[in-house]
Amino acid sequence: MPNPIDIAAKATPPALARKVRGLSDRTIAWIFVAPTIFLLLAINIFPLIWTIRLSFTNYAANKPNAEVKWVGIRNYTRILTDEDIWSHMTTTAHFLIWTIVLQVIIGFTLAWLINRKFKGNDLLTTLIVVPMMLSPAVVGNFWTFLYQPQIGMVNYIVEFFTGIPAASFSMLGPGGLAPWSIIIVDTWMWTPFVMLICLAGLRSIPDYIYEAAEVDRASKWRQFWTITVPMVLPFLMLAVLFRGIENFKMFDMVNLLTGGGPGDETLLTSIDLKREAFEKWRTGYSSAYAIILFVTVFGLASIYVKALNKVKER
Amino acid sequence: MSAYSVTEPSKASKLAAGLLVTLYTIITLLPLVWIISTSFKTGPDSISYPPKVFFEPTVEGYVNLFTTRTRPAVSELETLPPPEGLMEEIARRQGTIITGPSRFGERFMNSVIIGFGSTALSIFLGTLAAYAFSRFKVPLKDDLLFFILSTRMMPPIAVAIPIYLMYRELGLSDTHLGMILLYTAVNISLAVWLLKGFIDEIPREYEEAALIDGYTRFQAFRKVVLPQAATGIASTAIFCLIFAWNEYAFAVLLTSGNAQTAPPFIPTIIGVGGQDWPAVAAGATLFLLPVMIFTILLRKHLLRGITFGAVRK
Repeated sequence: MPNPIDIAAKATPPALARKVRGLSDRTIAWIFVAPTIFLLLAINIFPLIWTIRLSFTNYAANKPNAEVKWVGIRNYTRILTDEDIWSHMTTTAHFLIWTIVLQVIIGFTLAWLINRKFKGNDLLTTLIVVPMMLSPAVVGNFWTFLYQPQIGMVNYIVEFFTGIPAASFSMLGPGGLAPWSIIIVDTWMWTPFVMLICLAGLRSIPDYIYEAAEVDRASKWRQFWTITVPMVLPFLMLAVLFRGIENFKMFDMVNLLTGGGPGDETLLTSIDLKREAFEKWRTGYSSAYAIILFVTVFGLASIYVKALNKVKER
Repeated sequence: MSAYSVTEPSKASKLAAGLLVTLYTIITLLPLVWIISTSFKTGPDSISYPPKVFFEPTVEGYVNLFTTRTRPAVSELETLPPPEGLMEEIARRQGTIITGPSRFGERFMNSVIIGFGSTALSIFLGTLAAYAFSRFKVPLKDDLLFFILSTRMMPPIAVAIPIYLMYRELGLSDTHLGMILLYTAVNISLAVWLLKGFIDEIPREYEEAALIDGYTRFQAFRKVVLPQAATGIASTAIFCLIFAWNEYAFAVLLTSGNAQTAPPFIPTIIGVGGQDWPAVAAGATLFLLPVMIFTILLRKHLLRGITFGAVRK
C-alpha cells in the first residue's frame, strides 16, 4: 500500500515544494539586498536630492522658522561669477597638481627601487605605508607642532642642513610657504598609496618580456621606456584618479593644519564650503556650491576614466 | 629564478636600492618618532631649541591627557597634604593639582563604540548584500562600482548639510546611533564591493554540493560560504574600522557633547597655561597606535582595500 505522505508529495507542485524546503533564491536575494539599498537611499540618495532642492532656495539652517523663498538659479549664477570662489578653485588646483606630481614621481621611484627585491623590502614597504592609514585630522594637528615657528622640527632640520636660521621663516605663517606646507604633508601621507599601486603594476609585468628584449639587445634605458613605463601606466593613472578625487575634496588635514590661512592662502574649496555652510549658515547658497563642486569632480573624473580605458585597451 | 636570469637585478643595484629605500623610510618615519617621543617629554623639554633628542622620559603628557588640573599659588601648594597615588604625584611635580578626569577617555570610548558599531553593521549588511550580488541576478548590479565611486566624489561637507537637517528632525544629532548609521552608509558600498570580490573567488560548486546534500540556500550560505570568506570579511572589517576611526569632517560637524569622537577632540586639548604639546602628542600616540597595528595585520590585503578592489595583486 503506497504511503499517503508520498502521494501528497507527488501531488504538490514543485514551486510550493521549494517554498516548503526554504525560501526561493529570488526572495533570499531581496532579503539580503534590501537593508543595504534602504540605508543607501536614506543616507546617500535622499540627502543628495534634498541638497539639490535647497540649492534653489535662500534657506538658512540656523533660522528654521524664517520664510523660505525660491530663488531659481540665482545661487548658481552668484557662485560662478564670484571672483573669490575662482581664486579658491585656483588654490585647490595648485594643491591638486603639485601633490599629484610629487606623489607620482616619488611613489613610482620608490616602487621601482623596491621591485629590485632586495633583502628586507617587505618590512620596509610595511613601514612606509603607515602614514597613509592614520587619521588625517590627527596628522594635520601634529604637523602644526612640527611646523612651529622657531622651535619646530622642520625649521630645525632646515637650519641644520642649509644654515638658514630657523627663526627667519615660518612654514604656516605669512611669507607664502603655507601652500607648500600642506603639499608636503599630503605628499608625506599619500606617496605610499601611489607606491603600492605602482608596485602592483611592476609586479604584473611578466619576466619573459624583459628576457625577449634582452635577446633583442635592447638597452636597459630602452626597456624602461618601452616596457616598464607603458605597462605601469594604467596602474599609475588609477592612482592619480583616486588621489585627484580625494584631494579635490580635501578638508580634514588642511582644516586642522592651516584652517585656510594665513589670509586665504590655503583656503581650499571644501574649507570655504564649510565656512559658508556651518559658520555663515547660508544653507541654500552652500548647497548650490556643493552641487557645483560635485559636478566638477564628476565631470573631470568621467573624462579621465574614458582616457584610462583607452590606455588599458592599448 | 635561475642564477643566469637576465631579469634578476645585479647585487650592486640591489644594494643601492636597499639603501635609498631605507633612507626614505627613516625620513618618512621621523615625524611619527618625533610625536611619540614628544609624548614622553616634559612641557619645557617639548619646546626647547635645539630640540632634545636625549631626554629623561616622563609620563606627564599621559597624566595631563587624562586629567584636568589647576595651578594653585606656590604657598597654597605647600600647605596641601602629600600627594596620593602616582598620577597626583606627577601632577604635583609640575606645580598643579588634579581636579578631575578629562574628557579624553570618554571621547576615546565614543570612537571605540562608533567604530566597532558601524563596522559590525557594515559587515553584517555588506556580507548579505555581497552574497546576493555575487550569486544571484540582482538589478543595479553593474552600477554598483560606479555608485561607490560617485559617493566618494561628494565633498563630505556637501553631504553633511542635509544630514545635519535630517538628524535634527529625527533627533539623531549628536547620538551614537546617528553616527553609527552615517558611517555604515559611507562604508557599506565599499564593504559590499570588496566582499563581493572575495565571495566571487569561492567556487560555486561548494554550495551546489551542499544544496544537493539537502541544505537550504540559507544554510549553505552560513555553513559553506561564510567560513570560506572569513579572511576576506576580516580584512574588509579592518578597513571599515579604520575609516570610521579616522573620520573627522562628519564628526566635527554633527557631534558636539555626547557622541564626539577623538579626532575632533584631540586638537582641542589645551593645557594649563598654553598648548600642552606632550598631552596632544600622547593623545595622538594612543589614537594612532591601534591603526599602526592593524596596518601591519592587514598588509596582504592593503592594496585591494585602498583601491576598492580595482587592484588585487
